[in-house]
Amino acid sequence: MEKDIQLKAEKIIKKFGDDTILNGIDLEVHKGEVVVVLGPSGCGKSTLLRCLNGLESIQGGSITVDNQVLDTKNTKALTELRQKVGMVFQSYDLFPNKTVLGNVIMAPTLVAKRSKEEAIKEAHTLLDRVGLWDKRDAYPRQLSGGQKQRVAIVRALMMHPEVMLFDEVTAALDPEMVREVLDVMLELADQGLTMVIVTHEMSFARAIADRIIFMDQGNVVEENTPDAFFTSPESERAQQFLQTFSFDKKKK
Amino acid sequence: MTGSFLQDFGGMYLNALLVTLRISAWGILIAFVIGFIASLIQYYKIPVVRQIFAVYIELSRNTPLLIQLFFLYYGLPKLGIVLDREVTAIIGIAFLGGSYMAEAFRSSLESIDSAQIQSALSLGMTPSQVFFHVLFPQAMAISVPPLVANVIFLIKESSVVSAIALADLMYVAKDLIGLYYNTGEALLMLVICYLIILLPVSILGSIIERRLRYAGFGI
Repeated sequence: MEKDIQLKAEKIIKKFGDDTILNGIDLEVHKGEVVVVLGPSGCGKSTLLRCLNGLESIQGGSITVDNQVLDTKNTKALTELRQKVGMVFQSYDLFPNKTVLGNVIMAPTLVAKRSKEEAIKEAHTLLDRVGLWDKRDAYPRQLSGGQKQRVAIVRALMMHPEVMLFDEVTAALDPEMVREVLDVMLELADQGLTMVIVTHEMSFARAIADRIIFMDQGNVVEENTPDAFFTSPESERAQQFLQTFSFDKKKK
Repeated sequence: MTGSFLQDFGGMYLNALLVTLRISAWGILIAFVIGFIASLIQYYKIPVVRQIFAVYIELSRNTPLLIQLFFLYYGLPKLGIVLDREVTAIIGIAFLGGSYMAEAFRSSLESIDSAQIQSALSLGMTPSQVFFHVLFPQAMAISVPPLVANVIFLIKESSVVSAIALADLMYVAKDLIGLYYNTGEALLMLVICYLIILLPVSILGSIIERRLRYAGFGI
């Protein structure tokens, strides 16, 4: 099992000034595993993802991707490492000055130096899979939120990442659009993509996760299988957290 | 009357127009270069150099061009540096314009959401790729209207160089009024000459702006 570890975080500490955001987090993600990180707002889960991608420097501990230690001071190594770790953000962040196709083939041609023809061919396959090849010449402003997010996922996948990080990718979407994005992610999980997902969609978390990490105030409070976590969470904090998602009937 | 005015002095105005065009073009070109460099230094917060450029920007924006020209033309020779009139005018326009261009570029760069940078970095782009392929094209599109406004402002401001006896449009018009008292024709011709230069700039500016907007930069 040890050699299958794709991504490993050991005792990582992240501070903003005097505030400790991550207080010694340990995380191991195995090849093909889907880990869902849950927790209340401000518990550090988004910061954790950003650290895993080197977007934030860490003040203690270490992060290893594919046996390569992440060093935020070494720009060259960092850009290489980031190609192995794809990330999708809440606010999509497509490049507004590029078409859908321009967005998805930019990094492969520019960073990975693949040929344009080959990149377009792969873009065709992937955009087809999310139902957006017809929109290839559209600009981001002409797309709905759900469509933008699916393009953002394709854009990250084009770099053939070994791990994908999803940071509350449906938090800014209408309920119906949430579904179309989550379906894409479920399909990716089926294909065996290694993923770390931060989400507030509880039923989705239960459906997609191999393992749930529950965080609070910069610590991992509970690590469990999805079924056990949602039916009988061990920690009191997780019980409390899950209760906020259920409502008692008030009308008589 | 106007016909004979044109016949008599048309050549002078044409020469003056070329002088105005030449000093404006060079001055603005250099101002673009200074502005671009200064905006990058401010945007990326490069230590020390940043403070130097901050002083430059305040000095250049908050002193009149006339004073800057007087300093260059009358002040520098006392330090042993004697400059040609046209060179003085170009340096003056560039010195003034640099800070205006810098502020226009910088505010456009800063208006790009930092999430754009982060998503580009997360795709494995290097910081310079992020700049040239993500930040710069977007900032350019936003900065077109203020940059065009600066270009127009600087061309108009170039009329100040008549004060150091450089035969630009303003100088020729004043000269003719002083010699022949034909104020009406001289000023009308002056206005027409400025419009000949400025209207195309203005129209070209709005065409570029529309192009970029249609290219999908809408927020």
